[in-house]
Amino acid sequence: MRKSGTPIAGMTVDAAGLYCAPGDFHIDPTRPVARAIISHGHADHARPGHGAVLATPDTIAILKTRLGETAAGSWQALPYGEALGVAGVTLRLAPAGHILGSAQVVIDYKGARAVVSGDYKLDPDPTAAPFELVACHLFITEATFGLPVFHHEPADQEIDKLLASVRANGDRTHLIGAYGLGKTQRLIALLRAAGYARPIWLHGANLALCQLYQSRGIELGALAHVSDAADKLAGEIVFSPPSALSDRWSRRLTEPLTAFASGWMRVRARARQKGVELPLVISDHCDWPGLVATIAATGAEEIWVTHGREDALVHQIGLMGKRGRALALIGYEENEGE
Amino acid sequence: MKAFAQLLDRLSYNPSRNAKLRLMRDYFRSTPDPDRGWGLAVLTDGLPFSFPLRRTLMDMVARRMDPELFRLSRDYVGDTAETIALMWEKPRPVHDDALASMRKATVSAGDTKAAPWQATRPEASSPPQDALRLSEVVSELALVGRNDLAPRLEAWLDQLDATGRWALLKLLTGALRVGVSARLAKTAVAELANFGVDDIEEIWHGLAPPYQPLFAWLEGRGPKPDAGRGLVFRPLMLSHPLEAADWAALDLSQFSTEWKWDGIRVQVAASDAAVKLFSRSGEDISSAFPDLVEAWHFDATLDGELLVVRDGEVAPFNDLQQRLNRKRVSKRQIEQFPAHVRLYDALTLDGVDLRQLPLVARRARLEAWFGRARPQRSDLSELIGVADKAKLQRLWSQTRATGIEGIMLKRRDSAYMSGRPKGLWWKWKRAPLTLDCVLMYAQRGSGKRSSYYSDYTFGAWRTGANGAAELVPVGKAYFGFTDQELLEIDRWVRTHTLESFGPVRAVEPELVFEVAFDAVQKSTRHKSGVAMRFPRIHRIRWDKPGAEADRLETLLAMIEEP
Repeated sequence: MRKSGTPIAGMTVDAAGLYCAPGDFHIDPTRPVARAIISHGHADHARPGHGAVLATPDTIAILKTRLGETAAGSWQALPYGEALGVAGVTLRLAPAGHILGSAQVVIDYKGARAVVSGDYKLDPDPTAAPFELVACHLFITEATFGLPVFHHEPADQEIDKLLASVRANGDRTHLIGAYGLGKTQRLIALLRAAGYARPIWLHGANLALCQLYQSRGIELGALAHVSDAADKLAGEIVFSPPSALSDRWSRRLTEPLTAFASGWMRVRARARQKGVELPLVISDHCDWPGLVATIAATGAEEIWVTHGREDALVHQIGLMGKRGRALALIGYEENEGE
Repeated sequence: MKAFAQLLDRLSYNPSRNAKLRLMRDYFRSTPDPDRGWGLAVLTDGLPFSFPLRRTLMDMVARRMDPELFRLSRDYVGDTAETIALMWEKPRPVHDDALASMRKATVSAGDTKAAPWQATRPEASSPPQDALRLSEVVSELALVGRNDLAPRLEAWLDQLDATGRWALLKLLTGALRVGVSARLAKTAVAELANFGVDDIEEIWHGLAPPYQPLFAWLEGRGPKPDAGRGLVFRPLMLSHPLEAADWAALDLSQFSTEWKWDGIRVQVAASDAAVKLFSRSGEDISSAFPDLVEAWHFDATLDGELLVVRDGEVAPFNDLQQRLNRKRVSKRQIEQFPAHVRLYDALTLDGVDLRQLPLVARRARLEAWFGRARPQRSDLSELIGVADKAKLQRLWSQTRATGIEGIMLKRRDSAYMSGRPKGLWWKWKRAPLTLDCVLMYAQRGSGKRSSYYSDYTFGAWRTGANGAAELVPVGKAYFGFTDQELLEIDRWVRTHTLESFGPVRAVEPELVFEVAFDAVQKSTRHKSGVAMRFPRIHRIRWDKPGAEADRLETLLAMIEEP
């Protein structure tokens, strides 16, 4: 047993977020810092303006597409599983299963190990390497869906629901609101795996990242830009960012039937509030049982919760006989970004 | 149970009436008896028994859930039944190799290569919920004792998925909130056989769940069910709005005239054994009006207007609203808002069906019967008896007494026919009041209108505390304009936005609507102190500057004192 108060693997929190003092680097800092490890490419975790950035090769490709080549002073790619020594600290990146390139950061220092989960999920995803469980002393986890009401159904079951609706409503366009990085590509890959072979139509904002995924070797089949459509796309599937679901843009479609893919769709009031006709409970985060099982399986005695609904999760961690601490880091999106 | 759970789930997300009808038709077609009949019962009159449900649910929560986790979840979800459905954990199977090996994982800091762990689901494989039938649930519920409800319910919840659990709990609470009225469900049933909903209403009160004879008839396998000896709803005769051309062509000598009362249309069906009060669509609303039901002892089917009447004076519609849409009513509400029915027609009297008789003959019998029976909490709707058209028109345009909405004109020789036959009964609503108001806020609509700013809050001018003119909201409306006008208003809203709050935009005080409304009443619930009745957009005054719209004082002057 270590004395309480001694930082495990040198991990602390400062104004920019998670900081490893002996290695002198931040993880997913929310303001510009000298050295940053970026867990994955979503905007709230990957901000421009850092000096040196370390991430997986796929994440660096995503960052350069989203933010430009000059968004960081220098880029260093570290593939999954390769160890790197930094001033007495050994670090490596392990797949987090969240989106393409997403990583957990594994930090070993003086015989103790901390794992920073970044955002993660356990469910299978054809577009992301599967989550790797890493045993550790300190587990630093997200808690986006940190309430026991969140259980994500198997994604292929939700895809079946979508395809059944497409079959039953051939006279309408299915308009799916999905986050442009990760969620869109996963849904397309799942549709392909379920045998859907027609071209899939995309809002301009969803197109560039799909092409990036394709260039990184992920099969998405035939994709097309909605503005190139010759008709009003009755019977077809269209993807748009959630913000465009109920905007004027959608009037070019035929009686759009709006679907929204998110873990939040589990709760009826949330789905109704968005005016969603077909809620799809598909998330790129862990659900509650996933969070609880992962925390238990890491074997960690101390668990920090970075962001999300931390009250319930910290309470649960206490019930499990472990030490939980809510960091309540500011700057990570809790709602719409999912 | 699975089919019914899916039906409720789809209904709850589908705003369109036609889509709801299609979902229900598909369900009734593809679901066997007696399950579909119980489904119909749940969608219409509810299950014929009730439970101490709240207490049972709280007991279950206490036994199966951590109270703090339940509290946090309930706060987030906002609905107890849904929270329980979502949080419910099935008993875990003892064997789960992946989890067991995960729990054994030990910390070894030197080992940088922990074994990769392929994702596994902690929940058991899919449960045999197809096996649980709605009819089975209902028949067990009918027999279960108060103290056996909780264990029975827990066993079902363990068997169902989240949607199934939600549907089961909603079914027990009796408040489905899926946007389906009893009448809409009956319409879907009627459409199974190309009947109209009135064909179903006519026999509905002679039927009981699970309605096998009804489905047999609709599917051509059985005779039309008997309306029964019980008290049945007989579909109402409805009127057409009177337009200027109709008025010009109308021969007043053929018509009988009455006031059009500002209440709700009801049918009283009474025998020596029982009394029922039906709404205009055939819903049985008797339980909310024990004051009426207990006051009546006669054998008749009567047509009339439900009103709140105090000391012989009709109270404003607002007062009647305090008595509507509730299952039960308190003694205090009965005293404060005494119900009353103003009678204008008789369909049956003492077991004799009068519907084929001409109106004047029915009226004569109604008057004679009323004089004999002297039923309490009711009176006869007086005949206006003006034979001169010009005089009647003057009366129509001048009368603004509380409780009167206009004038009814009914052909003296009209038989009582269900539906809306042309040319027999006319309603001549008094001209609406109008006010020029300024658009203040626009909100996105729902369903088909979700990409349009289609719900409008408008205001009138008054002098603010600092002496400057300010707008105060006086009402909200979301219809009265054409699709083309909606497009134009939507465009205007987007280019004149001052501020956005979620789906709402505050706009520059520049667009004037001529708002039409039936009446205006004092209200303590509104900042302006007034509430418009039935406001709608009458005209869009693109030509009128915002500053020239009407003032609040103008609206206040339109309030009618009872």
